[in-house]
Amino acid sequence: MKSKYALRFLALGYLGLLLGIPVALVFINAFQDGIGAAWDAVTTPEAQHAFWLTFIMVVVAVPLNTLFGVLCALAVVRQRFRGRALLNAMVDLPFAVSPVVVGLALLLVYGRRDGWIGPWLSEHGVQIIFSMPGMILATMFVSLPFVVREVIPVLREIGTDQEQAAATLGANGLQTFFRVTLPAIRWGVAYGVVLTTARALGEFGAVSVVSGKLSGGTETATLFVENRFQRFDETGAYAASVVLALLAFATLLAMNLIKPKEARG
Amino acid sequence: MSRAFGISGDVLGRGVAMTYLSIVALIPLAAVLLESVDGGLDTFWSAVTTEQAVASLKITLIASLIVVLVNAVFGTLIAWVLVRDEFPGKNIVNSLIDLPFALPTIVAGLTLLLFYGPDSPVGINLAFTRASIVLALLFVTLPFVVRAVQPVLLELDREMEQAAESLGAGKATVFRRIVLPNLTPAIIAGAGLAFARAVGEFGSLVLITGNIPFKTQAASVFIFSQVESDNPIGAAAVSVVLLLVALVVLLIFGWFSKRALRHEE
Repeated sequence: MKSKYALRFLALGYLGLLLGIPVALVFINAFQDGIGAAWDAVTTPEAQHAFWLTFIMVVVAVPLNTLFGVLCALAVVRQRFRGRALLNAMVDLPFAVSPVVVGLALLLVYGRRDGWIGPWLSEHGVQIIFSMPGMILATMFVSLPFVVREVIPVLREIGTDQEQAAATLGANGLQTFFRVTLPAIRWGVAYGVVLTTARALGEFGAVSVVSGKLSGGTETATLFVENRFQRFDETGAYAASVVLALLAFATLLAMNLIKPKEARG
Repeated sequence: MSRAFGISGDVLGRGVAMTYLSIVALIPLAAVLLESVDGGLDTFWSAVTTEQAVASLKITLIASLIVVLVNAVFGTLIAWVLVRDEFPGKNIVNSLIDLPFALPTIVAGLTLLLFYGPDSPVGINLAFTRASIVLALLFVTLPFVVRAVQPVLLELDREMEQAAESLGAGKATVFRRIVLPNLTPAIIAGAGLAFARAVGEFGSLVLITGNIPFKTQAASVFIFSQVESDNPIGAAAVSVVLLLVALVVLLIFGWFSKRALRHEE
């Protein structure tokens, strides 16, 4: 019996020291000078702009990655073609790539001076690096695999009986997808969307490389945290961190609400 | 086999998926690969063997190795406590395990700096030391082993353990001889993912490690500094090494995990 309490103490102690106490300290520090000061810090024009940029990146990257994720999962699970295994393996690649390398990769393709197609795009008035498109591409890259990874096991699990039944009854491909397949995978998709959103909200390294970090220009919420901290505006850094941490907690809540439904189908 | 959208729909679907994957991820990664050998293999070699590059790679690999070992032990312990133990608030603790996935890495670094930095309320200052790298990597990789081991532990048949106990085996022996062999594939799989994540980690290191060359500069931060100082070949060369390390480790750990699984059967 004693060993049980020792193990519990050890596990919870580790979690407390690594996770619990440090995260709690951010909240305490953010409200050190009162809630008013924290509120002021996250409602400055720069802060509002930063959160607005993060919002736009999420709104663009998440739906695109979701659409891709469902199409890709369908291709991997339901289709037979040459290169299927390769596609399945390649999708995971972003998980093995450092965010900084993602940023560098985009720079090498879209860089205005000596990128692959950057100079040509620049001549035609399109700027990718140091502006929104590059930051959105970076966000899309790092959050690419989540929906695919969540939907593939669900598609395997549900099998093809119902889809075949629908087809036998005369439903065409699109009807089968929207009436049979999509309802069956919807919680898997939802779970993937939550993970994608969390990753998109929090991306730092890749966006840091391609954004140019122009305050009030190309500065996202996570870049804002770094910027404020390095300018010794600690209240600003902590208050913005608290907003991001609250979004993280909302993510956990959504995960907990969706997971049981996903398991039940 | 059913077809999601009919034959032509299928081809369109996977065409879109593969094009998207190529534009967002594969082409940019190819650019990194090509840039690294742009000046020939000699240039590549001299870029990855500069003293600073070697030092940063070494720091990253050693820290990641330590982190994986700690994760294997504490991840398994936490999973064990979450599955086999009962205590008030267990569900909340269980949900919080995923917090490092949901929390932006820059915020993770900031929270650690508050508790383990110069203003630490308990007087432990790890900022700008190598220990801070390990700490940050432990934070961001916490969920991998826990989440890999937990489902296996849940499914594990208790009868084997009971049989061993009735034959007079002590708790430690039962764990070592019965439970641990069953968990090994999951522990290895989780550890592999944690390692791949650790070698590429950037955001959580930025604020707490100080990025001192030869001392606390991890490989990802070194790459960032090379991008900033306009040395794309050096950045790309180290990126390729980092990417290879992550992929090889994932392959090796995946192989070991599968082999251990087959051993069980």
